[in-house]
Amino acid sequence: MSEQLLNKAEQLLTTIVEKIQSKAGADAIIDSKLNFNRPMVVIDTSVWDNELATILRNDEQLQFDFLSCVSGVDYDNHMEVVYQFYSIPLDNYLMLKVKTNRQEPSVISVKQLWNTADWHEREAFDLLGIRFEGHPNLTRILLQDEWVGHPLRKDYNIDKEELGLD
Amino acid sequence: MSIRTEEMILNVGPQHPSTHGVFRLVVKIDGEVIQEATPVIGYLHRGTEKLAEDLTYTQFIPYTDRLDYLNAMTNNYVWCNTVEQLMGIQVPERAEYLRVISMELNRIASHFVWWGTFLLDLGALSPFLYAFRDRETILDLFVKLCGARMTFSYMRIGGVRFDAPSGWLDEVRAVVKELRENIKEYDVLVTGNEIFQHRTRGVGVITKEQAIDWGLSGPVARASGVDFDIRRNDPYSIYDRFDFDIPVRTEGDVYAKYEVRLEEIRQSLCIIEQALDQIDKAESPIIAKVPKIIKPPAGEIYTRAEASKGELGVHLISDGTTKPYRVKLRRPSFVNIEILPELLKGENIANLIAIFGGIDVVLGEVDA
Repeated sequence: MSEQLLNKAEQLLTTIVEKIQSKAGADAIIDSKLNFNRPMVVIDTSVWDNELATILRNDEQLQFDFLSCVSGVDYDNHMEVVYQFYSIPLDNYLMLKVKTNRQEPSVISVKQLWNTADWHEREAFDLLGIRFEGHPNLTRILLQDEWVGHPLRKDYNIDKEELGLD
Repeated sequence: MSIRTEEMILNVGPQHPSTHGVFRLVVKIDGEVIQEATPVIGYLHRGTEKLAEDLTYTQFIPYTDRLDYLNAMTNNYVWCNTVEQLMGIQVPERAEYLRVISMELNRIASHFVWWGTFLLDLGALSPFLYAFRDRETILDLFVKLCGARMTFSYMRIGGVRFDAPSGWLDEVRAVVKELRENIKEYDVLVTGNEIFQHRTRGVGVITKEQAIDWGLSGPVARASGVDFDIRRNDPYSIYDRFDFDIPVRTEGDVYAKYEVRLEEIRQSLCIIEQALDQIDKAESPIIAKVPKIIKPPAGEIYTRAEASKGELGVHLISDGTTKPYRVKLRRPSFVNIEILPELLKGENIANLIAIFGGIDVVLGEVDA
């Protein structure tokens, strides 16, 4: 990767951090760095709200209009929702990680801002049990409605007998 | 005088020939107008992401074949590329060329299937035979290259499994030439046909804003004026070495998607020809020196590639062991059909199949 592009990524990271801090306070950011030469920012679910999401999407210098992917991740002590943002006009990337607790994982829904989040969020709810506050139709999408539990959780117990595998 | 109508529910699928798999659409219609459409998916859900957590990095390659099974080469690639990036593996030149050639051949084969089956859905039976005749020549090449017609598992972490057998590259060149001629028949047979134009022009229009908002990618987005192709905007492999156009249309209707895909076939043929010209200079091994046990350092990465349906992404988290901690697959078909409820509302029921067919989905990928 050329030095010029690396500088651009570093500048972008600084801009993003400043924007988030000016909105949500100096201690809003848990971690921020370049991950494989692309900005990565970690925040808590209490900081992540509609207003901040709107800044990411509409701010002149950011313009993250394309939401590539939303994934839920289960860790031992917490859960994360990871957003992959891309700006088509500015050719910028951002990996945003939102931390939430494991007992009652909950993150705001960004469907109002990026319609594409709709099914990604339903999938994360279905497989990991993360609640997306404000989602208009947070129901299971891949598994049947009667399914018990959330298979992608690390402590999910696979009952082979019930699944007809034993 | 107004005609009295009443709402009724029409259940399309899950077993319906035009859904190309098991996809269900619950449609509420009033007369002939669609009031509400609700997609129901998951019939083919195999829990690929869960399975990945209990497999080694290499063992997961065959599972990627079964996502979008019409475009398995790109699936192979995006998985191998993700692991390579995480481990910092440099792929040898020759392997990169073989990868590009096989991926582009696969893109063409995938678009052929779309072209044939889409017209079949519209009621034109003979195009299907032309499309499958041409697709067969590509599948024959794949059989010679790796022994499989669809589920290739041709790529490995660090390169590819087999070098091109002797004479294979010349055969590819001959096939490219043959296909370029054959595609002319497609235009003669279908493109200018008046009935076809009536069924597709101005039907199922997606605006540029809608396309970006709903995260659409690939030919579906490019038909709506989104000038974006990962091969050019975020080049991976060696795509920056080739000269090719990205077809873009602004109409956003089904016909525009048709035009974009046909033009993409021609551009892919161009890329293959350039790769064939350059591959002779790349006489390196076909796989990098990779440790016997694949154990990427702890870390997290998102990579993407331009599959025949759109942006295929992998979000991979490694905890430093031999198995991935978490894999999230961003399947383009899954994202592209999200827009259906909005797109179908207010449409005539007769256009439903044309609109759904125009998006080009593979259910193996939707349900993962």
